[in-house]
Amino acid sequence: MLSDQDRIFTNLYGLHSPGLDEAKKRGAWDGTKFLLEMGRDWIIEEMKQSGLRGRGGAGFPTGLKWSFMPKKSDGRPHYLVVNADESEPGTCKDREIMRHDPHLLIEGCMLASFSMAAHACYIYIRGEYVAEKHALQKAVDEAYAARLVGKDNVHGYPFDIYVHHGAGAYICGEETALLESLEGKKGMPRLKPPFPANMGLYGCPTTVNNVESIAVAGTILRRGGAWFAGLGGKNNTGTKLFCVSGHVNKPCNVEEELGITFRDLIDRHCGGMRGGWDNLLCSIPGGSSVPLVPAEQIIDAKMDFDTLKSLGSGLGTAAVIVLDRSTDIVSAIARIAYFYKHESCGQCTPCREGTGWMWRVMLRMAEGRAQRREIDMLLDVTKQIEGHTICALGDAAAWPIQGLIRHFRPEIERRIDRYSANPHSDPVPMAAE
Amino acid sequence: MANRRLAPASEQPASFAFSSENAEWAKGQIEKYPEGRQASAVIPLLWKAQEQNGGWLPRAAIEAVAAELGMPHIRVLEVATFYTMFALEPVGRFWIQLCGTVPCDSCGARELKDYLQARLGAPGHVSADGNFSWLEVECLGACCNAPMAQINQDYYEDLTPELLGALMDDLAAGRPVKIGSQVGRTSSEPKGGADTLTDATLFDGSRVGAWRQRFEDKKAEESSEASGKAEAASSEQRAAADPKPAHPASGRAAEGKSTDAPAQRSAAGETPVKSGDRTDAADPTESAARPGTPAPSAAETVARAEAAGAEAGTQSDLPRDEPPPQPVASGASETVDEPQPAPVKKSKPKRSAPKSEEN
Repeated sequence: MLSDQDRIFTNLYGLHSPGLDEAKKRGAWDGTKFLLEMGRDWIIEEMKQSGLRGRGGAGFPTGLKWSFMPKKSDGRPHYLVVNADESEPGTCKDREIMRHDPHLLIEGCMLASFSMAAHACYIYIRGEYVAEKHALQKAVDEAYAARLVGKDNVHGYPFDIYVHHGAGAYICGEETALLESLEGKKGMPRLKPPFPANMGLYGCPTTVNNVESIAVAGTILRRGGAWFAGLGGKNNTGTKLFCVSGHVNKPCNVEEELGITFRDLIDRHCGGMRGGWDNLLCSIPGGSSVPLVPAEQIIDAKMDFDTLKSLGSGLGTAAVIVLDRSTDIVSAIARIAYFYKHESCGQCTPCREGTGWMWRVMLRMAEGRAQRREIDMLLDVTKQIEGHTICALGDAAAWPIQGLIRHFRPEIERRIDRYSANPHSDPVPMAAE
Repeated sequence: MANRRLAPASEQPASFAFSSENAEWAKGQIEKYPEGRQASAVIPLLWKAQEQNGGWLPRAAIEAVAAELGMPHIRVLEVATFYTMFALEPVGRFWIQLCGTVPCDSCGARELKDYLQARLGAPGHVSADGNFSWLEVECLGACCNAPMAQINQDYYEDLTPELLGALMDDLAAGRPVKIGSQVGRTSSEPKGGADTLTDATLFDGSRVGAWRQRFEDKKAEESSEASGKAEAASSEQRAAADPKPAHPASGRAAEGKSTDAPAQRSAAGETPVKSGDRTDAADPTESAARPGTPAPSAAETVARAEAAGAEAGTQSDLPRDEPPPQPVASGASETVDEPQPAPVKKSKPKRSAPKSEEN
């Protein structure tokens, strides 16, 4: 188990005050000026050495992302945008950072902005997080009052930080949709290239990072990339906030080393599996958009990017949804399909039409009111959506269904057989009605 | 996509204007964004308009915001219909948004949904007393506290139908309610308290600054590398002016007493068996620098040691914690050719050289 000394988010549960004085005692804003004086290249190099992979789901190396920003400004300002639009089902980690450890985030913004020559940072927080927005704004005001940030601050690097909020659109978690939304438009993802590092917010070079990726930066720079890289495994370094929800005895958020096994994670922190380990049906290990992994494969698997990828799933945001044998797995996935239907922005046809189509078929399959051949048809449709849309929402909608068919095909077939074995008076509707 | 339309004309108010307080607030919001980018403030302004209008957004408010920001009406209408947190039809005094996505769904949101259905009827309608309306929404991001609902702006977590019922009664009667977990959790810690983050030194400030030790070492190393040739040149001068005796043990921290070298054996009174070892043992300072002479360069030391090792069939003086001498083409040769600033530092540049090559 990760020792308390190596935990970054020491006020994860809000048992202590999130205020500036207490945060300083916990190590925030400690020697920030010193770190800034080490220079831009040093910061980026240290982040690269830490092996930190983006905590927002895609797992792209953060240091590398920072290094993509133009080294010299061509007259356009640079921006850092922090993605606090946490809406991936199962994920509730950024919320705890923003309301309980906001100063780690603000300090991280300062360091990251400095390393990318950005003088302004926007934190885009999801609209539903009203209390978190106020908590974060309060912390920002405290930082301004203490002259830690601002035009004329004690660090000698002019830096402004703003809290911006959205209004309930999952798609705004996609970086270019977030930028569109921040510009006051509908949150519809942009085509890439140009990438945000060249043409982002207001057409200026912009980097979009997840809250957790930014909030760990201060501690990494203080304790060194080597310290962070020494935790976890190769290519999957450091600590990560895991959000465990679903059928465990004590669902919770917990910071752990990447590479902890699923069994250890649940046994040590979540009071074990509800009804014992034999009761585990499957888990969705990285938020709703990754395919599920059945019990026998997940139970002793390491929770890191590469292991879960090799299991045909992904770590995503490390939102571990645990489902036991009482779960109606087909309707659970149908519920996820509904989520994507609801959240599709409607820009690309395969996604706009496909998500609704898949949801309707899934609803029928949950009842068994379908044909066996439709399983392959559904699988085929998911493959036609995947990779044929501007953003990854199409993929995210397709993967859970692919995962279901891959692992629970017999269950779907059993329902279809059971349904068709009994007389029903209602006609079978066409798929796309 | 959600199909969202404005409320019918019969429910639309004739006009909308921000209160003076809110208009002031709106100005502050617009100032957050660069000159000419005031459209960025459209969501915060619509949000405030909705708040002022009792929780829903009429057409007049959309137009007022458009005028305020100098945007075409259609652009603001687009935004208002795209984002699901803008309620386009009147809502109850308490607007219940029940999370129904998988983590909540698997932890009992269906029972809550049935309860609300039974108590308030179909979603999207204001109850007869005007107190409540409800809607099932997508993930609200409090999954460790499932199932949960947002009532107006606050989260109520760890719900059961009974708890939700009691909560609604309290709200309707104007009694104070507890925001957050309804079963006594502070936030998302495990039920009954966490067994992590219990170390008191994390919170009393005693760890502040502890990281600097590592940092100072690194800084010293960095500066010695960064100053490069200038420092090397100055140390050459220093060495000429004030010659220091070479220390044979320097740069070989890991070499302890267990090292089994012929010279040491002979010093311990053992007679070497092999002739080569005998010559080596005869003059223990042969491959190391004599006291009183200036520090030899690393290249010299290595070359001598190598020669001695080849002669004697053993690597008598090669530091064992270091990588073997690099071929000329590799990055390590640079540091070997350069005069070393100080004997203590000898091994360090060599070790870091291959690393920087990987990067």
